[in-house]
Amino acid sequence: MKIAVCVKQVPDATVHKRIDPATKRLDRSGEATLNPTDLNAVEEALRIKEAQGGEVVLVSLGPEKAVDSLRKALAMGADRAVLVTDEAAVGSDLLGSTRALAGALEREAADLVLFGQSSGDGDGAVLWAAVAERLRRPVISQVASLSAEGGTVTGKRQTEHGYDVISAPLPAIVAVSDAINEPRYPSLKGIMGAKTKPQETLSLSDVGVDPGDAGEAGAKTVVLGLGPPPSRGDQVRIEDDGSAAQKVLELVVERKLL
Amino acid sequence: MRSLVFLEHYHGALEKGGLGVLGKAASLGDALGVVLGEDAASVAASAGAFGAARVYACEAPELASPLPQPRVDALATLVEQVSPDVVLFAASVLSADVASALAARLDAGLNWDLTDLSVRDGELVGTRPALGDTVIADVAWTGGPKLGMVRAGSFDPVESGGNAEIETFETSFSDHSTLATLVEQSQEESSGPSIEDADIIVAGGRGLGSPDGFTMIEELAAALGGAVGATRAVVDAGWYPYSTQVGQTGKTVSPRLYIACGISGAIQHKVGMQGSGTIVAINKDPNAPIFDFCDIGVVGDLHQIVPKLTELVRSRG
Repeated sequence: MKIAVCVKQVPDATVHKRIDPATKRLDRSGEATLNPTDLNAVEEALRIKEAQGGEVVLVSLGPEKAVDSLRKALAMGADRAVLVTDEAAVGSDLLGSTRALAGALEREAADLVLFGQSSGDGDGAVLWAAVAERLRRPVISQVASLSAEGGTVTGKRQTEHGYDVISAPLPAIVAVSDAINEPRYPSLKGIMGAKTKPQETLSLSDVGVDPGDAGEAGAKTVVLGLGPPPSRGDQVRIEDDGSAAQKVLELVVERKLL
Repeated sequence: MRSLVFLEHYHGALEKGGLGVLGKAASLGDALGVVLGEDAASVAASAGAFGAARVYACEAPELASPLPQPRVDALATLVEQVSPDVVLFAASVLSADVASALAARLDAGLNWDLTDLSVRDGELVGTRPALGDTVIADVAWTGGPKLGMVRAGSFDPVESGGNAEIETFETSFSDHSTLATLVEQSQEESSGPSIEDADIIVAGGRGLGSPDGFTMIEELAAALGGAVGATRAVVDAGWYPYSTQVGQTGKTVSPRLYIACGISGAIQHKVGMQGSGTIVAINKDPNAPIFDFCDIGVVGDLHQIVPKLTELVRSRG
């Protein structure tokens, strides 16, 4: 089975993230890493490959330096990586990003496309459904357990009301939850081997996207301005001297919460 | 401004998330609702009381299961017929996929995680917290329709007592939209009130020390008539069920009172509970991030404080 995994480079958790006031975009200049929940998608792809054979291809959109982060997933065991990188893609919103990803995925024609749960920078969990729409494939999201065999993919997912089990014929798009597995650590051999694995860099036109349909030119959403979050008002701080429970109760009653 | 609000329903009742968005939409202009699936037309009627002037309903069998793609077809059909300026969603597992795919279908901008909506110079503006809510962005759209997904719990439903006209519509379905099928559905088993509807939540984190620590959390919750919540860390550790998880990967809750016990306040937990009315935090680490966004912060040993608080609440009768 050929599996494509969409992954993204995000600022490292240790970096104090900031939005550049001039461009109103996330400052991506600092230390970067592979989006942590994408590792669950990579892990799941590797498990399917190990059980059934096939190929695992990483597909990403981002700046050129994103190849460093892709190498981590190659070290885990993915076979090769494809990075769409283009100045004209900078500032893409959902529409431009999913056009570029769908274009790259179209070239790969994988049986199964996996996404991780959400990106660690945009806080969104929306890409896959738009990609599925562009590729005209079925989509199952938030999948906490997955089986893909006999031309069918079946996923179980948690919703607001319980658990749904959903099936779809391959080729299909699946977004996995981070509860699905525990991603492996790359072995030393894997890390060494990653350096020689094929890494392809593509432009927007390589993936059939008009530069005017990506980046700021293709975006239909815009950030008008940035501000600080509202303060929660006066805080009460209590150091417990044995009477904290009594004080909490009084404050809660005073606020008519009981 | 004319807004079309996607209204989800479950067991014959409209979900309160969508109704909250509907009320907001009605405060900004004309609010239309859309209900899809089994019994849509009869379920739709109740939306009038929450601000909808008209509700569109489609009951095609393809819409019976809670799957996103057939809903994209139905909404695309309706958008073409009705030409709304804005299409709004209350965030949920289902609506996130519907909104995203609809954006691609219509080539329309989608802003998500919105916590407020307003009209400025005749144009819709969304409030969008970013980077773990350390920054608040004002976001807008170019072109139309403007698609917006609202963070869970941002707007409470407002009962205005109006009546909605119900209009049914038909749609066709794309080949790829009906490939996914629901094989099995199981309802979540939970005791006590569901945490999303609870007025009071007592939540426990790793600071409880062990799974046994949840006994005192349950006791306090019971005394208060509230529900029990848990953090990602303790759910992952198997201390408490996934269905009680509050946070980015769990439930988003907005009770009147949230009591966080032994919870450090990581961003991923914060986004699930920051809409709470009053947040009480009990933690022995004075530098825990939760003290930055709670209303009442108690630095101390929760093993002493929580049982004492339970006793005091019980003795109030």
